Amino acid sequence: MARFTGKKAKETPGLNMGSMSDIIFMLLFFFMVITTMRESSLFVQISAPKGTEVVKLEKKSLVSYINIGIPMKDYQAKYGKEPRIQLNDAIADVADISRFVETERSARQEADRPFLTMAIKADKTATMGLVSDIKQELRKAGSFKIFYNASKGSAID
Amino acid sequence: MAKRKTPGLNTSSMADISFLLLTFFLMTSSINTDMGIARKLPPPLPENFEKPEVHERNIFVVKVNSKDGLLFNKEYGDIRDLRARAKEFLSNPNDDPNLPEKNEIEIDGLGKYRVSKGVISLQNDRGTSYDMYFRVQNELAAAINEMRDELSTDKFHKKYSDLNENQKTAIEKAIPVSISEAEPKNVGGKK
Repeated sequence: MARFTGKKAKETPGLNMGSMSDIIFMLLFFFMVITTMRESSLFVQISAPKGTEVVKLEKKSLVSYINIGIPMKDYQAKYGKEPRIQLNDAIADVADISRFVETERSARQEADRPFLTMAIKADKTATMGLVSDIKQELRKAGSFKIFYNASKGSAID
Repeated sequence: MAKRKTPGLNTSSMADISFLLLTFFLMTSSINTDMGIARKLPPPLPENFEKPEVHERNIFVVKVNSKDGLLFNKEYGDIRDLRARAKEFLSNPNDDPNLPEKNEIEIDGLGKYRVSKGVISLQNDRGTSYDMYFRVQNELAAAINEMRDELSTDKFHKKYSDLNENQKTAIEKAIPVSISEAEPKNVGGKK
């Protein structure tokens, strides 16, 4: 037994940190891949209504957004205080919807075009007059799939 | 000259750098999950369109006015009752003669099922707030989802969301989303 006791007190060996960076890089790439930078900044304020029956929006590439809300403070001088429509990165009117549908459609592959969904992201305070006008325009433009954006929560307060 | 050995790079700060990048992406990334309710718009009406004859018992009218008040058929209503009312209307469990008729059809995977002919007609004013409109849509969707869940637990002993595609289509045929939206009116006088 004397063979083993003759050594000096054990030191804990230092951990090899070499692979740490690899692990962190892996995480880094994961987050880099899943990150979606916002394509266009919002000009309108949107606080979505709440609902209990909301489902996830599938196939993001086949979705175009129609934002409706009161322009943000900085833009109120330019666009007024009434709820407005924002398509991509510009404030638009109801009359622009059909053109918007056309451009969005032509940006997609031919096979995907019938599945193009218009997601209506409207503020709680927006009136149905504006939303209905948009819906009528979408009907005329032949884009029937719509999606009412909302957050999860109890609808009845 | 003797060959010199290249000294190893000190890579311990590499982890720090990548940590920095990692935190940046962690903070900026938003796994944005868009949630909401999907609906289908009806195609535009042809010019010479004639209104189909619908029995009064087959229609449940939900009106929302410009003050976000609700009217069910012809009486004032509360949004809290809407779900139960819609469910009762669409399922008509006791074959009440005032509630919708049913049409027996053969559905693949379900067999014979008596599909309700009931249609919920949703009418809103131009002044109705989007919030209220959405809440009404949500309650109607809830009524339909609850009914689908009940039917699928009854037939397949699973929740509707856990069914496979064929079973889902069968249930969707048995309990369709029968919500019809009327052209909006402008009674409240708002733009």
